[in-house]
Amino acid sequence: MSVESVFPALEPLLPRVSKPVQYVGGELNATVKDWDAANVRWALMYPDAYEVGLPNQGVMILYEVLNEQADVLAERTYAVWPDLERLMREHGVPQFTVDAHRPVKAFDLFGVSFATELGYTNLLTALDLAGIPVHAEDRTDDDPIVVAGGHAAFNPEPVAPFIDAAVLGDGEEAVLEITDLVRAWKAEGRPGGRDEILTRLAETGGVYVPRFYDVEYLPDGRIQRVVPNRERVPYRVFKRTTMDLDAWPYPKQPLVPLAESVHERMSVEIFRGCTRGCRFCQAGMITRPVRERSIEGIGAMVQRGLEATGFEEVGLLSLSSADHSEIAEVTKGLADRYEGTNTSLSLPSTRVDAFNIDLANELSRNGRRSGLTFAPEGGSERIRRVINKMVSEEDLIRTVSAAFGAGWRQVKLYFMCGLPTETDEDVLQIAEMAKNVIRAGREVSGRKDIRCTISIGGFVPKPHTPFQWAAQCDPETVDSRLRKLREAVNSDRSLGRNIGMRYHDGQPSLIEGLLSRGDRRVGRVIERVWRDGGRFDGWSEHFSYDRWVAAAAAELEPLGVDLAWFTTREREELEVLPWDHLDSGLDKEWLWADWQDALDEREQDDCRWTPCFDCGVCPAMGTDIEVGPTGRTLLPISPVGKGSPVRNPALTKG
Amino acid sequence: MQKLRLRYAKRGRLRFTSHRDIARTFERALRRAGVPMAYSQGFSPHPKVSWVGAAPTGVASEAEYVEVQVVEPVEPEALRTALDTVLPPGLDVLEVVEARGGTLPERIEASTWQVELPGVSPQRLTEAVSAFLAAGSVEVERLTKDGKKVIDVRPAVISAEVREGAGSTPMTTRSSDAGHDAQDLSLPCGILVAVVRQSTPTVRPDDVLSALRVVADLVPPVPAKATRMAQGRLDDEGRLVDPLAPDRAAED
Repeated sequence: MSVESVFPALEPLLPRVSKPVQYVGGELNATVKDWDAANVRWALMYPDAYEVGLPNQGVMILYEVLNEQADVLAERTYAVWPDLERLMREHGVPQFTVDAHRPVKAFDLFGVSFATELGYTNLLTALDLAGIPVHAEDRTDDDPIVVAGGHAAFNPEPVAPFIDAAVLGDGEEAVLEITDLVRAWKAEGRPGGRDEILTRLAETGGVYVPRFYDVEYLPDGRIQRVVPNRERVPYRVFKRTTMDLDAWPYPKQPLVPLAESVHERMSVEIFRGCTRGCRFCQAGMITRPVRERSIEGIGAMVQRGLEATGFEEVGLLSLSSADHSEIAEVTKGLADRYEGTNTSLSLPSTRVDAFNIDLANELSRNGRRSGLTFAPEGGSERIRRVINKMVSEEDLIRTVSAAFGAGWRQVKLYFMCGLPTETDEDVLQIAEMAKNVIRAGREVSGRKDIRCTISIGGFVPKPHTPFQWAAQCDPETVDSRLRKLREAVNSDRSLGRNIGMRYHDGQPSLIEGLLSRGDRRVGRVIERVWRDGGRFDGWSEHFSYDRWVAAAAAELEPLGVDLAWFTTREREELEVLPWDHLDSGLDKEWLWADWQDALDEREQDDCRWTPCFDCGVCPAMGTDIEVGPTGRTLLPISPVGKGSPVRNPALTKG
Repeated sequence: MQKLRLRYAKRGRLRFTSHRDIARTFERALRRAGVPMAYSQGFSPHPKVSWVGAAPTGVASEAEYVEVQVVEPVEPEALRTALDTVLPPGLDVLEVVEARGGTLPERIEASTWQVELPGVSPQRLTEAVSAFLAAGSVEVERLTKDGKKVIDVRPAVISAEVREGAGSTPMTTRSSDAGHDAQDLSLPCGILVAVVRQSTPTVRPDDVLSALRVVADLVPPVPAKATRMAQGRLDDEGRLVDPLAPDRAAED
């Protein structure tokens, strides 16, 4: 059965919506395959606007890995804005992929990547527009299998009613294994229907199927236990780890959209995982161990990617890029190779203590000089010990002084507010730090136009971190501390006028907290908010705190729990957490000990440079740290062109 | 330094791109094609690419023009092929010539627009166009960033005629994105062809359609599809002169 493109029905609606180009597809390096020639078909969604979702590396990698399989087809779909949603409902146009504009419902699998919990309502819109029942239990053999992935999938319980399955961890190998199971099941004539394929997926131990687990509650609302409700289904589901990054050099052909997106650059992931051990950082906890891509692998991906995309900037991605064991060789080698081609390099995440000015100069040698951004995260030395962010103010001042001396005029500093044990004093120290940055900059450069922007986010306790037991700070306290901080910044006019301050109020963080550490009962809240019009909750102009509070009150209070119970309540050591049966490899006892260390303001070293501290991941997952230095160098390539990173002899005369 | 002038088309679904989208796509294509671009100096260097009055978002074109500057001499036809290969289907480079003096903007003062109106009969359209041409002035409202603005459409329109369409598309040849131009053949289709002066404020195909609503209450049942067919200076008979003709003549 072939599937028709919905484009003829969509096209007349496009002149009536804002930024229609985001719905037409046609990206460079996109793949459109013959529907009938494919045995397994995936629709991949990033549940946010196209401009945010298109550059997402996870979706891009899986899209390419799947499409490289001869009999597999993968297409992409994104959240449509409310203006198009209204028209699609009015004209009966279903949720479509941007590649060949095929209806999402026609695919075998619908994979959704959740980088943030605030995309949950957008999943419901997409399912509903697609004509797929929003409740997994109402789906039939005609509906795709809805699979969640991404960091939020490490606690998928709040969306358990809406998804059929979740995969924890790295997706490259997991999607291929799921594809194999689905292919075999279809070839056998779909024995046992939907139930059987979900059971086959679950029994691998690497795919979580929420419906096969029953959650039992204690009278006080806490979870008593979570147990499989059928044979063939394991008690615990483990995360996936791709060990050899050089064997997975994706994306090889990064997508380049016609529309403007939030990241206008080509990205190469230079390592995965982080063992710095910042206690607030879910990414650093769930992606262990550290696995570096080799310098040769990085060089090959950059060369190939620039030829395939034409981007003017290469982002060297990871959770803390300056920590790559050969970062100096990588940046110098790339800057040499692309001299004169207007190709700049950037390191989106850099630690103050791993940064030096040689590195900064390599980054800006061949193009635009990007800003410098550092993340001390906490204002006071004390709170930085609590969160295990071991950078000192002296480190910061030394680094920014070097930068200002080398010609930079502006630095950006990231912080969090609402951290465990935090006091007003800890937050007010942020103002002192920013002022010291300005003072140092003026002194070193002898100029007055030095700027420092402080950007402050609300802290949200996340599953699988030492802070998973912590009480989230209430929005009123966060807002009050931010007000006091603003006053402190402005108290000295001569310094304050060179300090910019960016922050969000505490309310969205509280809802993110509900969705992060919630259990299945929170699914009712998500659905109620969505039915009440909730969309694009990650966007301040669409987010409604009152709607979430009202929905939480209506749905949770009859069950004897409430918004505060899920967010501002501190958990005890022995409480069963909603994600305890989902195995990130971290030993729960180690996490608890690290939480106690945090309360005692005790730091923890990085296992890349000190002995193993027994977080549990490597023995549980059969993995090991994979770091250099390799001592190798970038592969030499013939000199690149003038004014372009590509050389094309066919163009020039003789 | 050598300058090259390009004519390109914006076809099919690519008509939904904005000028900024096109500019970004074009600059990346120049890099992928290995074109030895000249860059501006300074803190934030940009490739030297000069655009001439781009067609609005939502409007297709067979005649867009752009000029690029390179640091090494480039064969025009080799550039056309190389660039066309790396641009997405629907952005098609039609011709490249070496610039031989003059400037492109001074060779462009008007455009020919072709507007397909599915569901509007040629007779109905003819009546509306006659009423429009008979009027001395037709004011329409346009929504801009700064609120509503009233413009007089009539003086900018040099000529307008109606053709009968059988669901044909203007890009019967070399269309690389033809699949996205499928027409609903069940509807009658009036086609408006108008030569419009690029005055200030600019009169766009949308404004001409608004003018037909004002003078004859003509409201298309489905969104119209507009295509710019040509640009150039006007000769004495009101016809457009190809802006690349002087460069081409100098080459021969």
